Amino acid sequence: MSNVLTLKNVSKTFGEVAALHNVNFHVGDNEIVGLLGDNGAGKSTLVKIITGYHQPNPGGELFWKNERVERLTVPKARDLGIEVVFQERALADKQSLWRNIFMGRELSDRLGLLDVAKMRSETRRLMNTAMGFTSSAVTAESTVKTFSGGERQGVAITRALYFQAELVILDEPTMGLSLSETRKCLEFVEGIKKAGKAAIFIDHNIFHVYPVVDRIVVLDRGTIAGQFMKNELSLQELIDRLYVVAQTGHLESKN
Amino acid sequence: MSSAHEAPLSRRAERSPFFRWARTYPLQIGIVMVAVVIWVLFLIGSPRTFLSGDIYVSFMTTTPYFALIAIPLTLVVITGEIDLSFPSVMAFGMTAFDVIFTWTGSYWLGFLACLVAGLLAGYLNGVLVVRVGVPSLVATIGTQFLWRGVVMVITNGQGLGMTALEPTGLHAVLVGKLAGFFPMQFVWTILVALVMWFFLNRHRFGAHVYLTGDNIESARLMGVNVGLTKTLTFAVAGLLSAFAGFVVSVGLLFFWPTMGDGYLLNTLASVFLGGTSVFGGTGTIFGTVVASFIIGAINAGIVAAGLTSFWTQLIYGLIIVLSVSIQTLLAKRLT
Ligand SMILES: Nc1ncnc2c1ncn2[C@@H]1O[C@H](COP(=O)(O)OP(=O)(O)O)[C@@H](O)[C@H]1O
Ligand SMILES: [Mg+2]
Repeated sequence: MSNVLTLKNVSKTFGEVAALHNVNFHVGDNEIVGLLGDNGAGKSTLVKIITGYHQPNPGGELFWKNERVERLTVPKARDLGIEVVFQERALADKQSLWRNIFMGRELSDRLGLLDVAKMRSETRRLMNTAMGFTSSAVTAESTVKTFSGGERQGVAITRALYFQAELVILDEPTMGLSLSETRKCLEFVEGIKKAGKAAIFIDHNIFHVYPVVDRIVVLDRGTIAGQFMKNELSLQELIDRLYVVAQTGHLESKN
Repeated sequence: MSSAHEAPLSRRAERSPFFRWARTYPLQIGIVMVAVVIWVLFLIGSPRTFLSGDIYVSFMTTTPYFALIAIPLTLVVITGEIDLSFPSVMAFGMTAFDVIFTWTGSYWLGFLACLVAGLLAGYLNGVLVVRVGVPSLVATIGTQFLWRGVVMVITNGQGLGMTALEPTGLHAVLVGKLAGFFPMQFVWTILVALVMWFFLNRHRFGAHVYLTGDNIESARLMGVNVGLTKTLTFAVAGLLSAFAGFVVSVGLLFFWPTMGDGYLLNTLASVFLGGTSVFGGTGTIFGTVVASFIIGAINAGIVAAGLTSFWTQLIYGLIIVLSVSIQTLLAKRLT
């Protein structure tokens, strides 16, 4: 099976802090990878390396569809087809909904002239379909400041899906969501699988992760503690092993 | 019973086109209302003056001197930064003109040198803020003194008579009269405002200006080149400061090395009165232009009322303090 994304020997240090240490990681075609790990394990740092926001330490390599990518930047990553729902949501509160949807990837021609009408109409379409906004008080011009946590997450997810990404990364997307909003979010992840695309799904709650993923990778204090295919392990076995990881930093894998 | 029948009046009002329009452009509507109120006050206070065309020609002559800077400064403030160096950059550009004009005898080359000097001075502000990481408030106070010093050293404090430029085409194009009535500096101000409006609202650069000032971290995560965006706004502010300096000098036919200091207050007052947020992320060119003319009118009002120019300072200072206070209170209420 070929991979959309491969990381080899990726480390990242912030001053004294080693956030990641020699991480080898991949995402297969049409594979949903669950990334588990405690707070501070380095999950978000890994995400930000994949999206070109952080550069890995020298020696780390990143491959997109088996081709080496040098000096990845955020615009380059988005051009490749990587979209992220960031843990911090990455919205601009005082800007309109349409400016948030198209943030950093505005619809424009080669000279940079914006197609404002198209961005507005696309936003209106997405509001009625993907975001499911029903209130007439919300328009494409509404600023996102007043949106609820679930609505904000809806905007971030819709934005990630809009560009037909090949790889969608969701970093703790269910944080602060209600039960029904969480279910909608998990349906989004299942939708990615059905659409033939790949995803990395990060969540503290293994009950959220387990049902929707194909493979689980456990990150512990900056290193990959272990990984396994979901069909190798029942949910109860997984929970037992995560306790072991928490104590020893290692996960017994069947391979 | 259908829910439309039960909807309270306010709900139905929200759907009306007028309400939508008012919600979309609250700043613009607000500033126009302020302008109308002040205009009516002046009409009542001094109907003779304010019913004649002369006073409006006078506004159109002198307001551009700082409106030309307030417009690009609006972009700098929207990105969440500030530029306080422009008074000196005005004089620095003219010093470049002075040197090149004296050396080559060509006022066109001198004009070009003036613009290039302004662009470079603005770019330096951008480098200090973006690359070095100095807060713009401090960086641009620093460059304000730096360029003033450079101007004083090069000119030795001597002014430059510009009467040689009076019969030239450059004079006619910059400060002549259009159709025998509209001062050309007013036409330039409108042109600059339209171009800046276009870039701010219809170009990717402008979209990034808003995003950078609203939430710089979100903008970075989503791939906006926030450093380039800020550097460009500083460079454009520098360029237009030098241009304004040239327009002032050719308009008055003299260049004073101290030029610019008198424009600090009214330029800043125009930006903040125009509704551009000190916190970044919001602001409009329209607001700044209307506010510039309000500031210009207030100046004329102070003179007409026979008050000394000390009053001008007091009132501009008051306008700045009030505008930013109101903005801060509104921002608190909304979060
Ligand atoms: N920009 C940064 N500067 C310094 N330290 C950072 C930065 N980002 C993350 N870290 C540190 O790296 C470690 C991993 O953080 P993070 O990747 O956010 O973990 P997770 O997402 O798994 O909770 C933490 O110790 C965190 O404090
Ligand atoms: Mg995280």
